[in-house]
Amino acid sequence: MLEKIGVASTEKLFESIPESLRLREHLKVPAAMSEIELLKRFEDIGTRNQAAQRISFLGGGAYSHYTPTIVDHLISRSEFFTAYTPYQPEISQGTLQAIFEFQTLVCQLTGMDIANASMYDGSTAMAEAVLMAERVTRRSKVIVSSAIHPQYLEVAHTYVQHAGIDLERAEFDPASGQTPASAFDAIDDQTAAIVVQSPNFFGSIEDVSTLADKAHNAGALLVVVVTEAMSFGLLRSPGACGADIVVAEGQSFGVPLSYGGPYVGLFATRDKYARQIPGRLVGEAYDKQGRRGFVLTLATREQHIRREKATSNICTNEGLIALAATIYLETMGRRGVQEVAHQCAQKAHYAAREIEKLACFSLPFSAPFFNEFVVRAPAPASPMLDKLAKEKGIDGGIALSRFDSKRPNDFLVCVTETNTREEIEALVEGLASLSH
Amino acid sequence: MITKVTTHPSQNEQLIFERSQPGRAGFSLPALDVDETSIDEMIPRDFQRDDDLAGMPEVTEVDVVRHFTRISTWNFSIDLGLYPLGSCTMKYNSRLNEKVARIGNFANLHPLASEAESQGALQVIYELQQHLAEITGLPGISLQPAAGAHGEMTGIMIIRAFIDARDGKEASSRRRTMLIPDSAHGTNPASAHLSGFTVKTIRSTAEGLTDLDHLRELCAHGDVAGLMLTNPNTLGLFEKNIQEICRIVHDAGGLVYMDGANMNALVGVARPGDMGVDVIHLNLHKTFSTPHGGGGPGSGPCCCTKEMEPFLPVPRIVRVNNGDTSADSRSEIPNYRLDYAQPQSIGRVKAFVGNYGMMLRALAYILTHGYDGLREATEAAVLNARYIAHGLLTDYEKPFDSPPMHEVVFTDKRQARKGVHTLDIAKRLIDYGFHPPTIYFPLIVSGAMLIEPTESVGRQELDQFIEAMQSIAREAVEDPELVLNAPHTTRIGRLDEAAAARKPVLRWRPKENTEPLAVAGG
Repeated sequence: MLEKIGVASTEKLFESIPESLRLREHLKVPAAMSEIELLKRFEDIGTRNQAAQRISFLGGGAYSHYTPTIVDHLISRSEFFTAYTPYQPEISQGTLQAIFEFQTLVCQLTGMDIANASMYDGSTAMAEAVLMAERVTRRSKVIVSSAIHPQYLEVAHTYVQHAGIDLERAEFDPASGQTPASAFDAIDDQTAAIVVQSPNFFGSIEDVSTLADKAHNAGALLVVVVTEAMSFGLLRSPGACGADIVVAEGQSFGVPLSYGGPYVGLFATRDKYARQIPGRLVGEAYDKQGRRGFVLTLATREQHIRREKATSNICTNEGLIALAATIYLETMGRRGVQEVAHQCAQKAHYAAREIEKLACFSLPFSAPFFNEFVVRAPAPASPMLDKLAKEKGIDGGIALSRFDSKRPNDFLVCVTETNTREEIEALVEGLASLSH
Repeated sequence: MITKVTTHPSQNEQLIFERSQPGRAGFSLPALDVDETSIDEMIPRDFQRDDDLAGMPEVTEVDVVRHFTRISTWNFSIDLGLYPLGSCTMKYNSRLNEKVARIGNFANLHPLASEAESQGALQVIYELQQHLAEITGLPGISLQPAAGAHGEMTGIMIIRAFIDARDGKEASSRRRTMLIPDSAHGTNPASAHLSGFTVKTIRSTAEGLTDLDHLRELCAHGDVAGLMLTNPNTLGLFEKNIQEICRIVHDAGGLVYMDGANMNALVGVARPGDMGVDVIHLNLHKTFSTPHGGGGPGSGPCCCTKEMEPFLPVPRIVRVNNGDTSADSRSEIPNYRLDYAQPQSIGRVKAFVGNYGMMLRALAYILTHGYDGLREATEAAVLNARYIAHGLLTDYEKPFDSPPMHEVVFTDKRQARKGVHTLDIAKRLIDYGFHPPTIYFPLIVSGAMLIEPTESVGRQELDQFIEAMQSIAREAVEDPELVLNAPHTTRIGRLDEAAAARKPVLRWRPKENTEPLAVAGG
């Protein structure tokens, strides 16, 4: 090939790079490994992730749900996972139709009119929602509940630090674990949105309808964040409660924990904001023969056309993960999603009742919850949970001291349909034995 | 011998919602094994869903399998053949890397599990950081950004934080200009805007390179915070004056950000850190072959100089002892840690540690290639692009004389005389069994076709591609209608995108109300 193109050597292919910049020696990375060696190496490293084998009650933004076998099988088809963004619709209809179904499912679950083709995850989706609220209202103050996932709040602060947006905090009520409407009394005619997570970081279900009224009375938007998307199967949709923008982490829908990613951000809003939504959108289209197909649409919002005036800088999103969520939701279907949500709530409430019976443990928050709740231990939670993991092989929850030093004894417990009664009983017994 | 695609059996398939039948189910769950209480006792009625999830599909498992298998056959994919999207780097996605990402001890690891019991996961991140530092020559690394544009935003925010710290907030506030060449990816100006910068555009020369005089002129006002440069640039040309470019920007008090989308042309051959670049993002889903998945996920690590490292997002993944990490992998003593104690950090850009599954795949890619294989991949990618550049010269207009690196731009200038444009050529390529190249980008080249074959293609297929392009050039002269009405072999023809955007239908609704939504404005 070199001969045909008239180049004397491979080195000459790089002549446009000044010689002084070309590497003289090879990179200091290891020599090539064979398939056998590579797998062995990763299997070995993996054994240092003891937490992956534990009975787990960890939630806090990432959840262990059962995934039907066909999800991974179908997303592993070459046609899906080795395709690019569907820029050529005639040979990308598989991807485009799947995204159209994804958008529809997100609308159905959230109770909203339209949804985009995905965001990176729940945390960045929330940050984009804050930016969108500012664009829509042209107001610069955003009040966020302090019961939102702490990492989501950190991401929002990073995103808005140069956008001229003030993020103010609305404190949650330490008795109920909810953010009352009165916490948002700082709302005024410069407030673009109030942002609330429900169920919130502590698992408490917020009174979203009341907060919607609070926002709308001041001409602000209500942004609702959901980290446990399985709650859509049981709880009133944010759309039905009056939300203007709903963002969620979609990991619960058939996506492995995988130490935090890749997950998929869901982003839904009202019809009237279609041209303000960030990210890609797929819409219906027809060819000359009147055959239905799907295309990327309303691209004039996006960075490749609008450049610095785009609604977001997002380009690559989470296509394949959105596909996994779509396959999950269609396999489980209307009844399956309801059944999983029902089992999560039943098992979590069973666990909460059993833990509450223990002499030294209590549930500090009174608000209703879905499948996560805070437990107050008689001693600092972090060392107790470490001990529970080491001695009983159970990851009993997330110590809240990681996020708030004023809550040393509190920990967040999550129960899903994958936790059996035996596991829940083992957790309760383990806690009882450690508190002595 | 030119081979064209022929139509093959293509199943029709409705939307899943149109297939749904009440009472069908595809799931199986064990019976509830705890004492059941009434939901009303747990959650007030007002907080419960009252629409019974109306409209959600009710289908069986085999319905779902057939549904997705059928619609999957409507997609082109790398595994079917050459997918020469310029700038997108559609290279082979190793199945081995997929297997690695699915190892239970990684796939089932919760992101908030204790550090002590997640040492394997942290080790993978740390090792990948080390290798990317070596490959780029830039030692400070965060793997947190989820995609290229996210890495850009991170890098630009780091530049802003660095200048704030260096000059003080007040002086820094006068440096709010980000210079971006007219050939740049659209994400560059969008990311700069998100970080509060005003964008000024640098012209390209007739040679297709950054105009140094214009750069000097723009740098003369003391307001430049930095330059965002893609190298090789989006025309596939190496910015041979890169050292001079960096000097000009640095002398003006600015920093140089490199868009690493084209890093696959440099791995093992040259390092941005040696060129004077201060910050770069990489696309693990391009250069390091993690699958594109129909639009994502990606991963956009941000790499920077030692001086800029304190500004990277938290948490940083650091090693806390000097012990041999490979010798005793079952050691109880943690070797790696999440470090939040970085007071100058721009903050977190994403929950948890980033798109971890992509990091596993990228590390597997690096380890299976080794230092030799990484360089060979770069050499083959450049050779293949040069081969296409050579092969298309007789039939297509090549707007820039310089030899390209890993991708090459041609235009429709000659075919346009017959009324055949880039879009038509692209659509006709589909009939020959190839995915079209990137079209109408970069924006500075009229009727651009940006072709990037990558290393994952042999000479035989390159020859077929060249012959197909030559054949289309002939068709454009002899039978333009054939090209103008392409594609002829797909299950649908060209879709009316303008109508779709005018009255957007963005979701399925039950038959009775399929009215398109009314959206004001344009």
